[in-house]
Amino acid sequence: MNDFITRTLRPTFWKVVAVIIIALGIYTIYLRFTGGLAAVTNLSDHFPWGLWIGFDVLCGVGMAAGGFTLCAIVYIFNIKKYKPIIRPTILTAFLGYLLVIFALLVDLGRPWAIWHAIIMWNPHSVMFEVAWCVMLYTTVLFLEFSPVIIERFKSKKLLSFIKGITIPLVVIGILLSTLHQSSLGALYLIVPTKMHPLWYSTNLPWFFYLSAIAVGCAMIIFESYLSAKAFKKNLEFHLVSDIGRWIVVILSTYFTWRFVDLALNNKLTLLFFNSIETYLFWLEIIIGIVIPIAFLSQSRIRLNRVGLFVSACFVIGGFLLNRLNVSVTSLQASSGVSYLPSVYEIIITLFIVTIGVILFNLAVQYLPVYEKTKEGIPIEFEIITDENLKVESVK
Amino acid sequence: MKKEKAFLIDITECVGCGACYTACKEANNLPETSDDPLRDTLSDKTFTVIEQRGDYYVRQMCKHCFEPTCVSACPVGAFTKIEFGAVLYDESKCLGCRYCMQACPFQIPRYEWGSLNPRVQKCIMCYNRLLEGNIPACAEACPTGATTFGDRDEIIALAKQKIFDNPEKYYNYIYGLNEVGGTSVLYLSPIPFEELGFNTHLLQTALPNFTYEALSKIPTLVSVGGVLLTGFYWLTNRKNEIAREKFLEKTKSQTERSTDNE
Repeated sequence: MNDFITRTLRPTFWKVVAVIIIALGIYTIYLRFTGGLAAVTNLSDHFPWGLWIGFDVLCGVGMAAGGFTLCAIVYIFNIKKYKPIIRPTILTAFLGYLLVIFALLVDLGRPWAIWHAIIMWNPHSVMFEVAWCVMLYTTVLFLEFSPVIIERFKSKKLLSFIKGITIPLVVIGILLSTLHQSSLGALYLIVPTKMHPLWYSTNLPWFFYLSAIAVGCAMIIFESYLSAKAFKKNLEFHLVSDIGRWIVVILSTYFTWRFVDLALNNKLTLLFFNSIETYLFWLEIIIGIVIPIAFLSQSRIRLNRVGLFVSACFVIGGFLLNRLNVSVTSLQASSGVSYLPSVYEIIITLFIVTIGVILFNLAVQYLPVYEKTKEGIPIEFEIITDENLKVESVK
Repeated sequence: MKKEKAFLIDITECVGCGACYTACKEANNLPETSDDPLRDTLSDKTFTVIEQRGDYYVRQMCKHCFEPTCVSACPVGAFTKIEFGAVLYDESKCLGCRYCMQACPFQIPRYEWGSLNPRVQKCIMCYNRLLEGNIPACAEACPTGATTFGDRDEIIALAKQKIFDNPEKYYNYIYGLNEVGGTSVLYLSPIPFEELGFNTHLLQTALPNFTYEALSKIPTLVSVGGVLLTGFYWLTNRKNEIAREKFLEKTKSQTERSTDNE
């Protein structure tokens, strides 16, 4: 125990940074709940949604998309070889959603009324759909992750119950994610004249959905690389590398669709219009789509650990830029004000990211997140416990 | 449902006296925010302002749209369009997501940013005065007839009559008649509306249609998606089962062979 305490308390660079961010974050939360949103944000009547919605919520939900993507691969398409990375991916998604809810509690004017959506219905509101998706999918993610916690406390009955409802849970989770990812885009359908035409499209829900799947895959690569480094968990590299190939397919579809959509709406001339929006649009397209496609379509880069990781970083970077473009850049011109996040807004965002990293670390250390696979049995044939027993008895 | 009401704001008649501004403050018990109504801006404490645009004055206020974007956007139904066509806000429902502000095509709703229990604030068409049989305070206070209030169909007829009688005085357009599906605040102007800073690029259809079209696909998406996913699961699982049986048979025969050899 003493050993543990000294190990935890030994200051390293990142620990010091984390402590500073957390202290500043707590101070900002104190200011927020004593002085209102005006005390900490640069939000205004003309710019009611800022960094917290644009980054913490839109990007947070998107980056949690690895969860449902991998669940679909492993449980619905039964490509079982990806099972070893499913737990850390679900963990990321679950933590992602918890942090999104946390961000909402800071951002909402009346966070104690957040439950109102349960009893006060407005089915015509996309925000109503969003609220329900957040509530239901967080529950599903908790249940999907619960075997890890239950295993830790060795309750066989509960475990077999949860494993028994895995498939329905996964199906519900995929449907809810599909609705949630696309509805975040649908939120902006109602501002056709406020939003810059390079981003406004009636296909926004689809664009949000496709880009979320792409970034979900990129997050799987990103985490596998970092996990391999930090926790000495060597995941089978070819598995992760294959995901890179799918990213090319998804991003190509996304790219084509977005440009065809611009062409069909006679917006192609806007691509060469000298404005800050045009530059940010191209930056988003090049970083998030063109470069990753160029990199990942070459097996030389795809099969290289660092190359794959860097490509995934580009996908994630372009994705973040896209969501911030949609939520901030595209609305600046019509709002009549120029919004830049305040220092406090940035602190809260850093605080949330830091808390996420710490929780992930703790979970990996104290919970069986990285499953042990039975030796000698190809992972494809290893399903739940009694199946394994069958194989063993045959032996 | 009482008859749909509307305001007619005739910019040619407005002299920028600020009577409507003062009356609005009094009727809604709002604190003083500026000594010059022409320099004030809409806020959580100011529901109407007069903006000077060149030689003319343009009054800003909630447009009480026919199909209000805020009503459709609010997740908990805190906004409602009720009798007289007034768009009201119920603070007891609001959770403070501010989607109404983001969604409003006229950028009208204002927020109490400094409050710990913030509300969305805007003109409520003096709903209580309407219930008592009075007209909104601003319309009653206007000394020049720049703001008139009445049944919407009569107001539209009046606007058309004004343009017809004085075609050289008015620009031939009633702003608000069809903007975002029609509003309850109609404007008449002596010059083209874009020259007065009006947003003339608004669509002529109600904006809630856009989100409703997406939302209405949910039932189909969920049912078709659910069936497809379950079907896929069944197919791929069956394939895996067959593969597993073959694998087990193989290992079994191998074990038997090795025991035979012993």
